[in-house]
Amino acid sequence: MTAALVSAETRTMDLLRFATAGSVDDGKSTLIGRLLYDTKSLFTDQLAAVEAVSAARGDEYTNLALLTDGLRAEREQGITIDVAYRYFATPRRKFIIADTPGHIQYTRNMVTGASTADLALILVDARKGLVEQSRRHAFLCSLLRVPHLVLCVNKMDLVDWSSEVFERIADEFTAFAAKLEAPDLSVIPISALHGDNIVSRSEHMPWYEGPSLLHHLEHVHIASDRNLVDVRFPVQYVIRPQSTTVTDYRGYAGQVASGVMKPGDEVMVLPSGFTSRIAAIETADGPVEQAFPPMSVTVRLTDEIDISRGDMICRPNNAPAVAQDIEAMVCWMDETRPLRAGNKYAIKHTTRAARAIVRTLHYRLDVNSLHRDEAATELGLNEIGRVRLRTTVPLLADEYRRNRTTGGFIIIDETTNRTVGAGMIVEAG
Amino acid sequence: MTQPAAYRVSHLDALEAESIFIFREVVAEFERPVLLFSGGKDSIVMLRLAEKSFAPARIPFPVMHVDTGHNFPEVMAYRDRRVAELGLQLVVASVPEALESGLVTEPADGVRNRIQTPVLLDAVEKYRFDALFGGARRDEEKARAKERVFSFRDEFGQWDPKNQRPELWALYNGRHHPGESIRVFPLSNWTELDVWHYIARERLTLPSIYYAHEREVVERDGMLYAVNEFIRPRAGETPFVARVRYRTVGDASCTAAVRSEADTVEKVIEEVAATRITERGATRGDDRFSEAAMEDRKREGYF
Repeated sequence: MTAALVSAETRTMDLLRFATAGSVDDGKSTLIGRLLYDTKSLFTDQLAAVEAVSAARGDEYTNLALLTDGLRAEREQGITIDVAYRYFATPRRKFIIADTPGHIQYTRNMVTGASTADLALILVDARKGLVEQSRRHAFLCSLLRVPHLVLCVNKMDLVDWSSEVFERIADEFTAFAAKLEAPDLSVIPISALHGDNIVSRSEHMPWYEGPSLLHHLEHVHIASDRNLVDVRFPVQYVIRPQSTTVTDYRGYAGQVASGVMKPGDEVMVLPSGFTSRIAAIETADGPVEQAFPPMSVTVRLTDEIDISRGDMICRPNNAPAVAQDIEAMVCWMDETRPLRAGNKYAIKHTTRAARAIVRTLHYRLDVNSLHRDEAATELGLNEIGRVRLRTTVPLLADEYRRNRTTGGFIIIDETTNRTVGAGMIVEAG
Repeated sequence: MTQPAAYRVSHLDALEAESIFIFREVVAEFERPVLLFSGGKDSIVMLRLAEKSFAPARIPFPVMHVDTGHNFPEVMAYRDRRVAELGLQLVVASVPEALESGLVTEPADGVRNRIQTPVLLDAVEKYRFDALFGGARRDEEKARAKERVFSFRDEFGQWDPKNQRPELWALYNGRHHPGESIRVFPLSNWTELDVWHYIARERLTLPSIYYAHEREVVERDGMLYAVNEFIRPRAGETPFVARVRYRTVGDASCTAAVRSEADTVEKVIEEVAATRITERGATRGDDRFSEAAMEDRKREGYF
């Protein structure tokens, strides 16, 4: 690779974040190991360390799970207890993998990994077909609004590369996913162990006409997943240099959550409702003609109005709700204290902090059957339910299904300061 | 959406935007942040991102160097120059001073990596820092692969890997009680190659030891160590001159060089893209003690 090629690549490469869910049994670690190995992202000293540990433990084969199970407790117990982040790149894309454990007691980790994912990869064993866990993973991905879903039917070598087996699983999953308002769905037959349909098309499955997994990951169209319609700019920080050379400067720093902003645009600032125009959009590299997600920029307005952290810049005719009553789906993440009606918490939503009281727990959802238990009085660790909250200050909020940035919030225990829940706004009124 | 190409964001731009968001979030929410600056390439990139986050204002926090006393002179000169250019306040947490005061004692092997931790924590307490920016990346090491962007430390500076806060979306939870602190890692999602691509793109100057040069070295445990005031040839070791560069810059007594002909940033990028050994595996004696050397040091409050 020449230096010129290197720099050309960095200009055209984009970034895809994907989450994987599953257990060692599904061959997930083998698959990740294979992707890293085949894209030359696995280093010889890492591989040597894993081989040495595998041999010492008496494993019959090199256990690639040891690559991602980085913590002492995980290696000792042979389990994955947390989200591990892995990185690889091809000339087209840089990939960030959020590798999450699959069992139900780790729903919290899966939700965490899915929250930032552009794509989720679910694995099933071709011999077993869809299991409860696969349906749960698909449901969580749809709850978190991961835009692209890939079902990998693994271990095709163990079912004689049978197209019938594959079609049956694919049909069943497609039918199930339709009920979930699932996003873009692809199904790929693979053998992670032998590398079939991972990087290149498999010779064993000529009946499969789709792309290999890596080809799909490299080409799946993610640019239009971003919401470029609704201008939402949560103000993070006000830049006011205390300097003799730069005077009277006042810039609103933040990351564009959605929409496209341009100098000259009329804007409204919430919660005050004042309107103004964008005078300039600046970065340390100079002014820009437009700003869109995920750019971090500094916005300057033509009028001096009182704006501080937690305020939101939007358009006069397209604004989020300004609401203290929030209907949301909540995934509970705390093992010590359950969520109950009447409890008070701190919440963080965009750059805004508030306190909230749980008015009502409408129901608890069984993540396997999707049954709603309306008699439930609390949400424990890894449980998901629908709640109504009342906040101390208005949130500037959109429905999560329309906007993952202005529709998501975290719940914090005010005594322990721990993050105890994740919320997705269904309705703000 | 009518012109998708116009809304393209390269991976480096996306990483930069995320890091800038993290810097601004910390400055908005914490009282006394500080940036750990060693003069190494990751902290240099971090400082550039901090500069960009608050322009045209100055970086609104000091930088701290945990000085083991085992330094590469090129790196110290670089540190002082950069701090002066940006008009920053520099706090030096000195291991030699801590040895003198009895806060720490010199380890038998002379490697001061581990005794940096009490010195760092002492400075955190003295200056009441509540947020510490570190340049650690998740691709460096497997214990770091599970580290949060906002990583909570208790009043003893300890990290509890089994008790980490879930981190969803870009909603970082920095809440803490007095005496507790948060380590913040703006480069969490960057790889070694991303860092070098960014150095090239931003035309950042680095200490000269990152580029290939001739140096007198000895081979020890399969690694090349520079012969200097901290590393003397042992019995059976014959010093020789080799063309080397440093992939990481840490304590001069336990950081090794690699053979290299890469004397420009472009050549380094080619080399890093082709290499099959991790940077810590290639250059850090301190990570070779055990499978969990990094995890154990991090639990005690290491970077």
